[in-house]
Amino acid sequence: MHQILILSGKGGTGKTTVASTFIALSQAKAYADCDVDAPNLHLVMGSFEKEQKSDYFGLPKAVIDSSLCIACNRCFEVCRFDAVIPGPTYRIDLITCEGCTYCLHVCPVGAIHTQPMKVGDLKLYERGEEHFSTATLTMGSGTTGKLVSEVKKQLKSCTEETEVAILDGSPGIGCPVIASLSGVDLALMVAEPSVSAFSDLKRVITSARQLQVPVAVVVNKFDMNPTITGEIEVFCFKERIPFLGKIPYDSQVIASLNKGENLACLNTPASNAIKRIYDKTLQVWKERVQQ
Amino acid sequence: MPTDRTIAVLSGKGGTGKTLVSVNLAFVAQHTTYIDCDVEEPNGHLFLKPSYVQEEVVTVGKPVVDQTLCDGCKICSKACAFNALAVIGGQLLIFEEICHSCGLCMHICPRKALTEVQKPLGIVRKGKSGSIAFLSAEMRIGESSAVPLIKALMKNKHSGLTIIDSPPGSGCLVTEAITHADFCLLVAEPTIFGAHNLAMVHELATLLGKPCAVLLNKTQQGANPSETYAKSHDLKILGSLPYDQELAHRTSEGLVASEQSEKYHQYFSQLLQEVEDASNPHSQR
Ligand code: SF4
Ligand code: SF4
Ligand code: SF4
Ligand code: SF4
Repeated sequence: MHQILILSGKGGTGKTTVASTFIALSQAKAYADCDVDAPNLHLVMGSFEKEQKSDYFGLPKAVIDSSLCIACNRCFEVCRFDAVIPGPTYRIDLITCEGCTYCLHVCPVGAIHTQPMKVGDLKLYERGEEHFSTATLTMGSGTTGKLVSEVKKQLKSCTEETEVAILDGSPGIGCPVIASLSGVDLALMVAEPSVSAFSDLKRVITSARQLQVPVAVVVNKFDMNPTITGEIEVFCFKERIPFLGKIPYDSQVIASLNKGENLACLNTPASNAIKRIYDKTLQVWKERVQQ
Repeated sequence: MPTDRTIAVLSGKGGTGKTLVSVNLAFVAQHTTYIDCDVEEPNGHLFLKPSYVQEEVVTVGKPVVDQTLCDGCKICSKACAFNALAVIGGQLLIFEEICHSCGLCMHICPRKALTEVQKPLGIVRKGKSGSIAFLSAEMRIGESSAVPLIKALMKNKHSGLTIIDSPPGSGCLVTEAITHADFCLLVAEPTIFGAHNLAMVHELATLLGKPCAVLLNKTQQGANPSETYAKSHDLKILGSLPYDQELAHRTSEGLVASEQSEKYHQYFSQLLQEVEDASNPHSQR
């Protein structure tokens, strides 16, 4: 499976819009939403014939048997995640517990055991030959990076080796992004022309480069600030990063997204720009893969 | 109105105007504390342009092995829940990036071959922007969990009104940030994405037992799925901020709208008042 990942550094820059248009244009048979924190891609991909849902378990978490606990405070002393709640009998806050099992090892009366915890749902949708892998995380669970890896693994299991898969990435530069970047052939960064989005863009490019993933850049809503758009172009030129195009602000985008329409079937300034960017992305990707 | 309250500004995703709203609320409030908890990609300083008075490196403990003491017994590698340790060819390897610094391995090594060394995780910066106390932190690129940075930031929380510019999403970082808040202001865009993200943070705030209300951002003609969501879930709408190209442009330049324009100064002053009223446990109407 060849993977093209759409990333943004900062959220809300139009990553999912670009990804969904790319999927429609490429008629990709495999795609995934790696933003398990706030998945959005399913909202614009229409309905599917088949849905396969499986429970996703994170690390087992600690539980205290209150009938055994002698309130010695040992677990509280060692837990570095503030997950132990003292009291007449001790309790563990399952939201903050990271499942490290340190407390288990120190409890003198064996009152602590671990319990498997469902932390999310993995979902695989099918429509004809299309496969769409995504997931939702149970509120308050923190194993995002691993769930992203599961989403990708699930997609890989139903994708031919030579096929191109399009991945909608996650925002930020933390564990989920690192997991979405792994094994990717090209990361297309969707930036916005603002000082803050530019600063985020630089950080996420640094992350991608640390993982040796080639990057390319586009600017969305470029007319919001042509000056900063220019600065981003210059930055890309200096850093030898392919700059693949600019997408104008287009009020029709919101209206058609809200109707659940894919931009690929529109003929508006923004959708046409994305179509041109798609062609260029494929070119850059081919060069990378051939290298 | 002197308030001793912490308001977290949230959105299911970035780019919805969370930082815009936070810095403007802080600006109109003055004599307040602004905390940028988006430690992966802090942006608040680009707007409030604080002068820094202090920088502090935040460290986390990571194990290091003394190979002369280690006999490769694998007790530690079997115990590590995060698979951050492995014994290969009799040698203990430590994968620092995935180590959660829980401390277990150092405790259980029978030969005391592991010791804890502090490694930098990021920087906490303290500054002033006029009368606003400014706090932010920046995670070192390549680290996987920034939760300790948010904890370090929150240690510096003073009394008085505090505005938390929360990280995006609804994962572990957000949970950590809003644990410290009394009230959550949810910023939502007028798209189906916006409504979906709003539903997620609403669920999270409810799960954590935090009162919350919504601010509709970038509103324009036509349907607003976020508004529909709020109305059908009895989520109080504190206001709406229409899409304004001028505002978008100022914001993209890193300018604080309420400093630049009387109109926005008034807008955010009123919003602040609404937030304070809504978050006041004694004035639940
Ligand atoms: S398993 Fe670890 S994080 Fe959970 S309560 Fe025990 S010591 Fe704390
Ligand atoms: S270590 Fe065991 S006995 Fe002691 S307080 Fe914790 S659970 Fe109770
Ligand atoms: S427990 Fe101690 S002695 Fe055993 S492998 Fe780990 S570091 Fe080496
Ligand atoms: S400190 Fe905890 S997470 Fe890190 S290596 Fe040791 S046991 Fe594993």
